[in-house]
Amino acid sequence: MTDQTPAIELKDISKAFGPVQANKDISIRVMPGTIHGIIGENGAGKSTLMSILYGFYRADSGEVFINGKRTEIPDSQAAIRAGIGMVFQHFKLVQNFTVLENVVLGAEDGRLLRPSLAKARRELKALAEEYELNIDPDARIEDIGVGMQQRVEILKALYRQADILILDEPTGVLTPAEADHLFRILRGLRDQGKTIILITHKLREIMESTDTVSVMRRGEMTATVKTAETSPPELAELMVGRKVLLQVEKPPATPGKTILEVEDLTVVDSKGVERLRGIGLEIRAGEILGVAGVAGNGQSELLEVLGGYRKAKGRIRLNGKEIDLSGSKSNAGTRRKRGIAHVPEDRHHEGLILDFAAWENVAFGYHDKPEFNKGIFMDNAAIKADAAAKMERFDVRPPNPNLAAKNFSGGNQQKIVVAREIERNPDLLLIGQPTRGVDIGAIEFIHEQIVALRDAGKAVLLVSVELDEIMSLSDRIAVMFDGQIMGERLPSETDERELGLLMAGITDTDKPHSEAEIEANLAKKRASAAKEA
Amino acid sequence: MQKMPQWADVVLIPLISLLLAALLSALVILAIGENPWAALKLMVDGSMGSTYAWGYTLYYATNFIFTGLAVAIAIHARLFNIGGEGQAMLGGLGVALIALYIPWPHWTLALLGGAVGAALFGAAWALIPAWLQAKRGSHIVITTIMFNFIAAALLNYLLIGALKPSGSMEPATGRFPEATHLPTFQDMFSTAETALFRGAPVNVSFFVALIACVAVWALIWRTRLGYEIRAFGQSESAAKYAGISPTRIIVVTMLISGGLAGMMAINNVMGEAERLVLNAVEGAGFIGIAVALMGRSHPFGVLLAALLFGFLYQGGAELALWTSIPRELIVVIQALVILFTGALDNMVRMPLEAMFLRLRPAPKPARKTEPAE
Repeated sequence: MTDQTPAIELKDISKAFGPVQANKDISIRVMPGTIHGIIGENGAGKSTLMSILYGFYRADSGEVFINGKRTEIPDSQAAIRAGIGMVFQHFKLVQNFTVLENVVLGAEDGRLLRPSLAKARRELKALAEEYELNIDPDARIEDIGVGMQQRVEILKALYRQADILILDEPTGVLTPAEADHLFRILRGLRDQGKTIILITHKLREIMESTDTVSVMRRGEMTATVKTAETSPPELAELMVGRKVLLQVEKPPATPGKTILEVEDLTVVDSKGVERLRGIGLEIRAGEILGVAGVAGNGQSELLEVLGGYRKAKGRIRLNGKEIDLSGSKSNAGTRRKRGIAHVPEDRHHEGLILDFAAWENVAFGYHDKPEFNKGIFMDNAAIKADAAAKMERFDVRPPNPNLAAKNFSGGNQQKIVVAREIERNPDLLLIGQPTRGVDIGAIEFIHEQIVALRDAGKAVLLVSVELDEIMSLSDRIAVMFDGQIMGERLPSETDERELGLLMAGITDTDKPHSEAEIEANLAKKRASAAKEA
Repeated sequence: MQKMPQWADVVLIPLISLLLAALLSALVILAIGENPWAALKLMVDGSMGSTYAWGYTLYYATNFIFTGLAVAIAIHARLFNIGGEGQAMLGGLGVALIALYIPWPHWTLALLGGAVGAALFGAAWALIPAWLQAKRGSHIVITTIMFNFIAAALLNYLLIGALKPSGSMEPATGRFPEATHLPTFQDMFSTAETALFRGAPVNVSFFVALIACVAVWALIWRTRLGYEIRAFGQSESAAKYAGISPTRIIVVTMLISGGLAGMMAINNVMGEAERLVLNAVEGAGFIGIAVALMGRSHPFGVLLAALLFGFLYQGGAELALWTSIPRELIVVIQALVILFTGALDNMVRMPLEAMFLRLRPAPKPARKTEPAE
């Protein structure tokens, strides 16, 4: 490529976990002063590779060169000494410490804290000026937004003199505006000569922010290309190994009669915090209503109430008939009998029993149906036959109903849940995060199934934190913030910027808004939530 | 992905654990100056060397099957019922009331009535902790163990009061009527020429215990209730999502568990003592915990583990009788078995898993990758 020495060079890195080859002969050169994206599906080996670089795992074979020098990285201390900093997907911050204390934690100069803190305060100020990482060093972590918390993680790495920053799926918890800000920070860091490795499964982020991109598939590095010379379809194909439809093909909706009416839905949790504040919405037959929002703004509670396992106040009518929301008969079983199917947000804790075989999971929630029972006994043969048929239709791999659910990949686990719920032909399908942790190939398939159900004249409530997914699947979009619906939009008449503002709780979306304003609004909400709790 | 073959999990690990426990026990016996080999021989002879010996081993095993099943089924719902002791005591009370106050025409009916009474009383004793767990979140480990003490006090009170025949000096009920006496193995299997199981307490309730094993197996793996119990035990949040009521599962599972523990009384109270005495359970409720753990909460595992503990109990008694090895040391040996099979499971499991992983054929890519492009 050039005669420059790469900031990081990996040569023939291999790592196996038992019989699973997580990384196989991976070689990669990351040039200094660039943003280098690593993209790949879940389980492609991205995180393993970065864990090797950061000293969490040791490679079975292969070499690591930092700035041309062969380096052993037995633990994360060694990685830090080599100038590598890591920003994890799940932040590792002490909630009730201040920003300053978190930055210093583990990098104190001596036994006394005061000199370290004073020094850190000076350096933080310098760093903030240099990289536009403005942040109040005395704010407590629990009082600042996730975007800010992420900046603290970056500052932590910079304070430890990192020249190479690794960010693992950094935008998962951010609003679009926060994500944009993050990428601006990253570009600033790059222009100052830092090297940045960005791990993500989102094609758009790669295209927008990286200089070079490496694609991983099934433990191998399939390609490294200049971002400017590639395109999303090409990258998707490299990731999956075949051509992928990135856009959902769907005919215009033909909404029919109203299936679901929700009025003034209120949920107060066990701590007395209002999780839903008077939600109202309506879904018609043959229509997909997408609920957008940053995670934790009441979407989960909405699904749980509709799904029958959280009590609430308010009114819900299904096909014109009232549903009991707080009585002793209000449970997930009675909801299913009314024709509501539910693909939950968290398939590991709700949708599946991981230790159960796939066939047992395909009956889960419907195990009291007459066709699955013979007198007091369950008709296991019938359940297995039913499971095998559904797994075949939904192309679950491997198509073995006797395998435990935990042994399937994320995408195939999700297909099991989606098959179980959609094949019941419900009047209303609740579906939360349908493609979280699901590979691109399966995403395409699951999206097709959702659209097919809609076209069969059923109502779909889709909750997702992936704005792309909401935009491409929904016929109408409702945005939730702080337990309320901030507004409804048609996908054809809105854009990410407007939805992003609504997600941050700003309703007058016609006017321009500064990032500072958005952040202030988010912080206000957090502060009020903290007070109530 | 399976870390090791199933047979290794169910056979090899318990076997290695047992060997380790035996080895350590041998060292202990050696340390007090006795011959471990001779001790082992004595234990085997005393518990399996004759039909008489078997008669005792199987009698103890019957008790342990019931209490082991009780703990096992609760474990499937992720409930740790350590109140088997108290539930079995109350089962004894149920049997005593039914045997003493109802005139039974034949032992078969009396056995049926006794089993129902024992199960009902045992279940009732488990109901209160179950209710407290389901509705108030009071931890079932705490409440069930406290109920053991309440049960002991209650029986004490009744056996020196209302249930004691007037004029008797002993804290026990009067003898049950003849018609409630269960046939022992001696009655069933001895012929005119050869007396088998002579004087041994093992009786027809052993077969009831075997039926209970099959019934519990069918309940757990073949019925809807069993499916819901297992689902709830694996994940409470998923159970709620599926419309399974946690309250119902907790209460129903504990009723079955308490009922099984209570049914032990048809063996020790109705079958052996033929009256209710103080401390009739003799710790079998606690042994049930070890039996269930060692049996991996599987009814057939429970059966095997109960037989092993029957052997340890009877063999231990023989050891105490014929050698200078004190009774307390036999408790130590039993404790070692419990420690190794129950608590130290991972100590054997982890190296074994690692070994099986290494023995595997060289790792090939899990799925064959198709050529790029």
